[in-house]
Amino acid sequence: MKFAVIVFPGSNCDLDMYHAIKDELGEEAEYVWHDTHDLSGYDGILLPGGFSYGDYLRAGAIARFSGVMDEVRKAAEAGKPVLGICNGFQILTEAGLLPGMLMRNKNLKFTCGTVSLKVENAHTLFTNEYKEGEEIRIPVAHGEGNYYCDDATYQHLKDNNQIVFTYAEDFNGSRNNIAGIINERGNVLGMMPHPERAVSDLIGGTDGLPLFRSIVKQWRESHVSHA
Amino acid sequence: MKKVKVYVTLRESVLDPQGSAVMGSLHKMGYDEVQDVRIGKYLELVIGDSERDVDALVDELCNRLLANTVIEDYRYEIEEVVSQ
Repeated sequence: MKFAVIVFPGSNCDLDMYHAIKDELGEEAEYVWHDTHDLSGYDGILLPGGFSYGDYLRAGAIARFSGVMDEVRKAAEAGKPVLGICNGFQILTEAGLLPGMLMRNKNLKFTCGTVSLKVENAHTLFTNEYKEGEEIRIPVAHGEGNYYCDDATYQHLKDNNQIVFTYAEDFNGSRNNIAGIINERGNVLGMMPHPERAVSDLIGGTDGLPLFRSIVKQWRESHVSHA
Repeated sequence: MKKVKVYVTLRESVLDPQGSAVMGSLHKMGYDEVQDVRIGKYLELVIGDSERDVDALVDELCNRLLANTVIEDYRYEIEEVVSQ
């Protein structure tokens, strides 16, 4: 399976993402610069963390108008897996590919550490290698991860099982402790925590690996059945 | 030519942690009469002569980029700029 790691000016988790895919997962990965106008050769799209365009105006607000974002939208419409982590999540909400918005953390601080997450939905193409309700330990590092949406949107997310990860306890003020959500179709996931930083015991844990394995497993199965 | 002053603020329904922190500080300084503080952004745009309706244009700019209407409101003022 071949992944595109989209690189915006100011991305800084692209190397971690590349390493996770290439060295730990053993799949293909390529860095793709933000002005690329063709993603048709990739099976999965990864939007890494960082501070694209310096977080000017709002986190993700400028990046969403990058040339590559039309291609990301097309990939999403084609049903390809699209994963946005941290700044990648912020870009996906700004682009309207996911509902809601990430605001400044409630305590106004950039917070860095490892948190417990609950897998709320293990029936997605990103989480089928986890158990529903499982608690996993994943690193976090952000200043604007406070997920906000209005009541109607929250109800919609809940009714459609679109809440995929929650913080085990309040971490940044996010509505109902939401840490990650998926689109209605189930192929676009955004999350603030960093699974790509939890892929080896050497760096403190492997709880992020099943997420990437899930994507590959689903892709292999769908491509075998279609063959 | 027109100068447009755009004010972007968090919606009333959205908690403004920065504003709350500043209000807390003002209260500690003894300014108890301050009842609320909301922090926002101020942008100045200079817009050249165009056939487009300037209000429609500014609304479009605000909705597409300058504000995220999921959590923010915006308002603006338009001034004529006399070129020399």
